[in-house]
Amino acid sequence: MAQHVLLIEDEPNIAEAIRFLLTRAGLRVSHAPEGLAALALLRQDPPDLVILDHMLPGMSGLEILTALRADPASQNLPVMMLTARGRDREMAEQAGADRFMTKPFSNAEILAEVRAMLGQPRRAG
Amino acid sequence: MPFNLLVLACLLYVAFLFAVAFVVEGRAARGRLGWLRSPLVYTLSLSIYCTAWTFYGAVGYAARSGLEYLTIYFGPTLVFVGWWWLLRKLVRIGRQHHVTSIADLISSRYGKSNTLGVIVTVLAVVAATPYIALQLQSVVLSFGVFASAAPDGSRPLEAGQIAVWVAVGLALFTILFGTRNLDAREQHHGIVTAIAVEAVVKLVALFAVGSFVVWGIAGGVADVIARIDAADLSAWQVQPGRWTGLIFLSAAAVITLPRMFQVMVVENQDEGHLARASWAFPLYLMAMSLFIVPIAVVGLDRLPEGSNPDMFVLTLPLAEGQAALAMLAFLGGFSSATSMVIVESIALATMISNHVMIPLWLKLRPGAAAEDDLRSVVLMARRLAIAIVLALGYGYYQLSSGSAALASIGLIAFLGVAQVLPAMLGGIFWRGATRTGAMLGLLTGLAVWAYTSFLPSFGPGAALAERVFTDGLFGMDWLRPHALFGTEAMDPITHALFWSMALNLLAFCLGSLFTFPGPVERLQGAAFVNVFEGSVGPQRWARGQVEPEALLGMAQRILGEEPALSLFQSAARAQGKEGFLPDPTPTFLDQLEARLSGSVGAATAHAMISQLVGRATVTVEDLMAVASESAQILEYSAQLEAREAELTRTAGALREANEKLTQLSLQKDAFLSQISHELRTPMTSIRAFSEILTEGDLPPEMVARYGGIIHDEAKRLTRLLDDLLDLSVLENGAVQLNLGLASLQGMLDTALTAARQTRPDRDFQVVRDLPAEAIYLRTDADRLTQVFINLISNARKYCDATRPELRIVVRQRSGRVTVDFIDNGKGIPKDSQTLIFEKFARLTDANRAGGAGLGLAICREIMTNLGGLVAYLPGQKGAAFRVTVPLRLERVAA
Repeated sequence: MAQHVLLIEDEPNIAEAIRFLLTRAGLRVSHAPEGLAALALLRQDPPDLVILDHMLPGMSGLEILTALRADPASQNLPVMMLTARGRDREMAEQAGADRFMTKPFSNAEILAEVRAMLGQPRRAG
Repeated sequence: MPFNLLVLACLLYVAFLFAVAFVVEGRAARGRLGWLRSPLVYTLSLSIYCTAWTFYGAVGYAARSGLEYLTIYFGPTLVFVGWWWLLRKLVRIGRQHHVTSIADLISSRYGKSNTLGVIVTVLAVVAATPYIALQLQSVVLSFGVFASAAPDGSRPLEAGQIAVWVAVGLALFTILFGTRNLDAREQHHGIVTAIAVEAVVKLVALFAVGSFVVWGIAGGVADVIARIDAADLSAWQVQPGRWTGLIFLSAAAVITLPRMFQVMVVENQDEGHLARASWAFPLYLMAMSLFIVPIAVVGLDRLPEGSNPDMFVLTLPLAEGQAALAMLAFLGGFSSATSMVIVESIALATMISNHVMIPLWLKLRPGAAAEDDLRSVVLMARRLAIAIVLALGYGYYQLSSGSAALASIGLIAFLGVAQVLPAMLGGIFWRGATRTGAMLGLLTGLAVWAYTSFLPSFGPGAALAERVFTDGLFGMDWLRPHALFGTEAMDPITHALFWSMALNLLAFCLGSLFTFPGPVERLQGAAFVNVFEGSVGPQRWARGQVEPEALLGMAQRILGEEPALSLFQSAARAQGKEGFLPDPTPTFLDQLEARLSGSVGAATAHAMISQLVGRATVTVEDLMAVASESAQILEYSAQLEAREAELTRTAGALREANEKLTQLSLQKDAFLSQISHELRTPMTSIRAFSEILTEGDLPPEMVARYGGIIHDEAKRLTRLLDDLLDLSVLENGAVQLNLGLASLQGMLDTALTAARQTRPDRDFQVVRDLPAEAIYLRTDADRLTQVFINLISNARKYCDATRPELRIVVRQRSGRVTVDFIDNGKGIPKDSQTLIFEKFARLTDANRAGGAGLGLAICREIMTNLGGLVAYLPGQKGAAFRVTVPLRLERVAA
């Protein structure tokens, strides 16, 4: 069964690009544009990896991350954070993010990171 | 008349005076002066002006020089009638400053300078000595008249012996009543009353003789007038220059003569008495001069050629066999002489003891103020001084051997004391008068007077060599005593008057103008000149470091035990203390100094307290130094304070600036990171999809879709950059406005058309009021349209009603136009209504249409540039914005 990635991103175009990339890589992708929907999805359909945007309407990325880490079920869930602002990195690491991607990222880069986090062997390309 | 009877009459008369003085002193001591404190007594005591010179000499004067004798009465009359306010000021100063003599007045005025006191004392003694001699001479002459009239022709006593006895007798009388005690105000009630009695005797005697002459010898008033007309008229000529000089001289004398100052100022009981005296005293003088001419004319008529006209008052009754009348006249003359000598010697003795003897004593014995029994020292000094004054008078009498006419001696004395006038009047009217000026004036006047008037009075070859009179001093022609600088036209007295007063005044004024008064001098000057302005005396003492016991000891030695104790006790009670020892406060020290100066003079009292307070060495320079030092300290501390305040201000300003900077820095960081985010977002999409497209093998519809996304995001990026540039320009005020007239309706049309691009899918109802929009505005039409587009687009974007509607309401009021944009959505929450105008303040991004959240921020900046504003309009049903814009924008707000 394909590994499941939850993408939390409010920008529809960015979300579509990431979904395309990951789906093409054989991963199952579910998408939530904001925090509450994301947390609901998280319980409904627990993912193997979470890609979390930093700047979100409503709950911010950091708040969602904190909530994740507070819940024993998702305590060790790998989380990749996307950020557009340089300063956010430290705060995200403190809150418990495993990896970081700064926008704009290259497709190969994000794919490689996701695979590494899911424990898949690195593939060329 | 037996000579012995005459002596007996004199003795009885003196005994009577003695009794009067004694009784009055007794009443004064018990504080029951009653009517004796009346203006009448004061006025009569002023008659001290009329001495034996006036009593006997005026007749002689009239016999020799006609009506000129009247000038001697005119002067005082002018002063008392016309210059009454001057006398009042003198009296006020005298009372307020406890002035004891004219020397004390001058010394006190010019910074309590004892040197000045000494100069005035010397001047007064030198000028008064011939005058006292004159009195002795008149008494001797009058005795002589009786003696020569004695039938046996024998002279029981030589003239010299008479003079000695008279001098000794007067000295005793004066010492007994003039130095009985040391009064705080140096007042002698007994003597003043005795003098008032003598004034009455003088007047009665002269009236009696006059009446006898007019109605006894001549045939009444008409006859007398006829005789006067028949008299040699050549001697009655008025000489304007000389008369003016003499009137001035006698006017000056009446305020500067030591004895006049004594009775007028020092012995004054009540300032109000002066008001009565101002008319009563001239009246007395008039009465005294009434019978002078008749006596002179009749005397010249009836008495043998060569008779001394100075003695007509006596010789006329004697020649007519009126012994009793002659006796009365004699007593009148005797009264005139004795009263003058008594008061003059008291006044001079006060000066000598206060300004010469006591300062010398204190100098010779530095600890004297604290140790010696100064009271007895002062009293002894007074007694000694009285003896000295009378001895000097007697000496002068012997020296001049009674040759000179009475009148000329009197005038010389007048001129001598008149030298005090510039310093005195200058001192009480001119604050700029200085000690140096006063000293120079006095010394100059004294020198010129001595050289032109006093020394020549001894006769050629006596004090000045004969050669000096003809060739001038050191053979210099222009220095002849009676013709200084070659002014020969004037008679000697006018000449001396002119030159001494002119040079005195010149030296006084120049000296005052070119020197600077010291602090004490300035204080005293102000206190004297402004004596009527209700100021109490100047503050003289700071709180001293002195034991009150020491002060009490000193005060007891000067004032006497009981008066000192009661003074101290009342002062202590005033301070709220029990007992006899008040704190040495400045007020108390001033009070004490005032009391002491009443006894020993201002300069001495000041010096004595200085000694005890421990500031005997404080000089004017020290005071100035202290003053300037404290001024410097004050200035320095003021500077420090100012600097501290400035530092505080600077620190505050810095703190404020720092806060502002920090805030700005935070804002800048937030803005930059916001921009970073806004730029990175579209770039992320563009990069991701362009990479996907580059990889190829995508179905064509996917290529088209992803290409479209890239296009949109690129447009979004461009818009964002445009907005940022726009905002930057607007915020910096660097925007170039294209002002012109534009139709509001036209602008709204353009905006509505342009905004249709935003969510073109939505059907939007727009409600307008076209007639109201028919307004032409002077503004930047493109910019204002930009604002309208933004607002309409926002409505299209965010209005969530199912049937969206936008109303545009235009109003015009007082030069301003408001345009409201009201939609029917659910509006903006209250706490977000101001937030929306901030940069990047998107509320919800659910319907984002590619905006960067800069729209309203840009609108706000544009409206500020257009002199108007845009604000959220609360209270409407949907979201509502009001744009306010001036009808005519004349100039761009900088």
